[in-house]
Amino acid sequence: MIGNLDTATLQQLWWILCSVVGSLFLFLTFVQGGQTLLFTTARNDEEKNLMVNSLGRKWELTFTTLVLFGGALFASFPLFYATSFGGAYWVWILILFTFIIQAVSYEYRRKPDNFLGQTTYDIFLLINGSVGILLIGAAVGTFFTGSNFTLNDYNQVMWQHPWRGLEAATSGFNLSLGLFLVFLARVLGAMYLTNNIDYPDLNRRLAKATLINFIIALPFLLYVLISLLVMDGFGVDPATGVVSMVKGKYLQNLLSSPLNPILLLAGLVAVIWGVVSNSFMGKRCGIWSAGMGTVLVGLAIFSLAAFNNTAFYPSVSDLQSSLTIYNASSSHFTLTAMTYVAIAIPFVLAYIFYFWWKMDAQNLTLADLSSADAKEIY
Amino acid sequence: MIEQFDVSMVNWARAQFAMTAMYHWIFVPLTLGLSFLVAFFETFYVKTGNEQWKRLTKFWMTLFGINFAIGMATGIILEFEFGTNWSNYSWMVGDIFGAPLAVEGIFAFFIEATFFAVMFFGWDRVSKKMHLFSTWMVAIGSNLSALWILVANGWMQYPVGMEFNPDTARFEMHNFWDILFSPVAIGKFTHATSSGFLLGSLFVVAVSSWFLLKGRHLEMAKKSILVASVFGILSSVFVGFTGDEAAYNVAQVQPMKLATFEGLYDGQRNAGLVAMGVMNNYKKPGDSFDPFLFKFEVPGLLSLLANRQSGSFVPGINDLLYGNEQENILGVDKKMERGKIAVEQLGLYKNAKKQGNDQLAKNALGKFNQHKEYLGYGHLKSVEEAAPPAPINFYSFHLMVVLGTLFPIIFLLFLFYTYKDTISEQKWLLNVGVVAVFLGWVAQECGWIVAEVGRQPWAIQGLLPVSVARSNLTPGTVQTTFFMFLILFTVLLIAEIRIMLTQIKIGPEEV
Repeated sequence: MIGNLDTATLQQLWWILCSVVGSLFLFLTFVQGGQTLLFTTARNDEEKNLMVNSLGRKWELTFTTLVLFGGALFASFPLFYATSFGGAYWVWILILFTFIIQAVSYEYRRKPDNFLGQTTYDIFLLINGSVGILLIGAAVGTFFTGSNFTLNDYNQVMWQHPWRGLEAATSGFNLSLGLFLVFLARVLGAMYLTNNIDYPDLNRRLAKATLINFIIALPFLLYVLISLLVMDGFGVDPATGVVSMVKGKYLQNLLSSPLNPILLLAGLVAVIWGVVSNSFMGKRCGIWSAGMGTVLVGLAIFSLAAFNNTAFYPSVSDLQSSLTIYNASSSHFTLTAMTYVAIAIPFVLAYIFYFWWKMDAQNLTLADLSSADAKEIY
Repeated sequence: MIEQFDVSMVNWARAQFAMTAMYHWIFVPLTLGLSFLVAFFETFYVKTGNEQWKRLTKFWMTLFGINFAIGMATGIILEFEFGTNWSNYSWMVGDIFGAPLAVEGIFAFFIEATFFAVMFFGWDRVSKKMHLFSTWMVAIGSNLSALWILVANGWMQYPVGMEFNPDTARFEMHNFWDILFSPVAIGKFTHATSSGFLLGSLFVVAVSSWFLLKGRHLEMAKKSILVASVFGILSSVFVGFTGDEAAYNVAQVQPMKLATFEGLYDGQRNAGLVAMGVMNNYKKPGDSFDPFLFKFEVPGLLSLLANRQSGSFVPGINDLLYGNEQENILGVDKKMERGKIAVEQLGLYKNAKKQGNDQLAKNALGKFNQHKEYLGYGHLKSVEEAAPPAPINFYSFHLMVVLGTLFPIIFLLFLFYTYKDTISEQKWLLNVGVVAVFLGWVAQECGWIVAEVGRQPWAIQGLLPVSVARSNLTPGTVQTTFFMFLILFTVLLIAEIRIMLTQIKIGPEEV
């Protein structure tokens, strides 16, 4: 069956698969959000250690999902990978930098003789959770606002802005998306920690942090959503492949399929329900509703960027250099081969969920940090 | 095809990739080997119920975790450096290279990430057997990740299963299995992973030797040495066999690389293997200087090892650069001529297509197809550019082989004295054991140097030179990030070493 799929179907399928991985990454940024809460919600080392050890059991999943997101884009849309990473150089280098310093911080922060001191490693976690997520948001924002590049006949990228990608952070839309993701990550982080830790004082403050951060995130979310509905977009003529600016393109995309508004609205409602249940109803399982909601909103956003004859990585320097899922993808053979491989994804998700459930069956308590088997704690 | 080669930028990008890969390769082989050793220790614990094995497992697991974290930190940049510094490469070979990376992510990385958490924090949350299963899964997952990246690397050394598509100006995959089961890929995977097992064994022997020298944790140190020595001997044998296979593959598909390993400038029948020697730094291809100031050679052995046929011809650097009609070897100068035609015709084809001139496009494509095999050579500026530097390859290769021969002897001695139960008294051997792990790292880095420097000037052997594979960046930009990562990785390495040494000093828990 997979062998009979045509190229366009495979290209769409792989955009959906990349979107799923990207959206799951957005959910898993609760780790990054939680890292920033160390500085605002924890009141003492005991609380901080509880939070770090709760997040520390999940940080690798987030990290790996980001790596897979990059790998999947490289494999399925190599022209995007080449253009964006080779062009928007500095924004990606800085994002990577924040993830490098995150990768050692959990393991090293409390180990004796760790050279930089615990505070430095905790600041590394803060930088990853704030600057890293902000820049990822700004980079994703360029799917809608465009970037400054041209491609020659051999698809080699020439970046047209001296800031090499960092200029993305000067756009109100991109910046708002980045800030929204930072505060959404904090909301998710607070909910995850509430769900995973048994420590009444801390749980109360985390519930409060959930609400406060959600309120802070709201204006950025509204700005992004309203902008999306009214902004011009990068449309592609399906017959000629010519890219042009189209008024209200993303509103058109939203309405082009009933699935888009359903995903977006259901996602937003699920996030709000998660926040309300955690903040006002004393429940601790809001992370699941809000996490699912985040994935749905992510899917809707990625769908708006690429489907319905839209350039998902548009160039404002040369519209005809813009990338679509059709001109940036791998060959039919490679997409087919990878689709066979992708059959394994449900099994991978199944064992991740199983072991997540096994490990989190009991909540984390102070006793866990001082048990006989606690030598490996962070 | 590319407006202007910026040699300075290319060299900084090469230096940056070399630096990040070499930092990464300090940690990865230790992860590959130590992960299995931890799994062995835990298996003994579960089988015997002896708490001493559990304490040993936890001790080595702690060291494994410290190393694993920095391996991940240095690894993420490598994946994305393909895009940032080598964007033309990413486009031109992304159709082939990206797939193994994606498979690696789906199959291997998630196994590591999921079971790592269970392994470290699941002692009292999952059953004993489930915990053991998780530890084994971390070992298998770590080694599986090595498989896919080495498949990708093997393809760069020996590009198979693909075709160049002139319309998209890139290489496209035609046969996934050819890429996965390429002899070079299999050779690289088995050699790199088994050398990781060897390094893991050396590490355990070194730390345990230090304990014995200090008179601490005697029982646990002896147990560790016993397990590591056996694993080390088995790994050494495997490293030897796979190394021979890898060298044979190099001789068959990358003869220039092999010629630089051996400092062989003029090809010979019944060529001798240089067992040791000092190269003449002033020697250049095509001149009449002797390549060696001094050498000790085993007659006829290189022909036998390279072609598995005694008396056979092994081409030298000069034969490969300037051609050898007698042995039917086409020189780089001829390949460059054909490559330039391919480049020119590809340009004509693309222009004709753009202008809608089908006849002209057809003619250009026909000529391009006649010469496309040499497309990469069309971008070289001189014949000599096709030869990688010989001395660095020669010394790295020989050092790696000498050390690889030394390690099984060390393991055998450790095993012998452990069996005799007099290992604690062999102070000289214990000191050798402590030093040997550093030699293990030297051998590992030498392995990477011969694999990657030996491939130069190609990003993809014979098809894509690094000068075309690069991103369009200024040298200053790449210099900045080079030093940024150099400083960061050095700081993290210092932190890792200090933490590791402190944890070793603390040692395993005693009852």
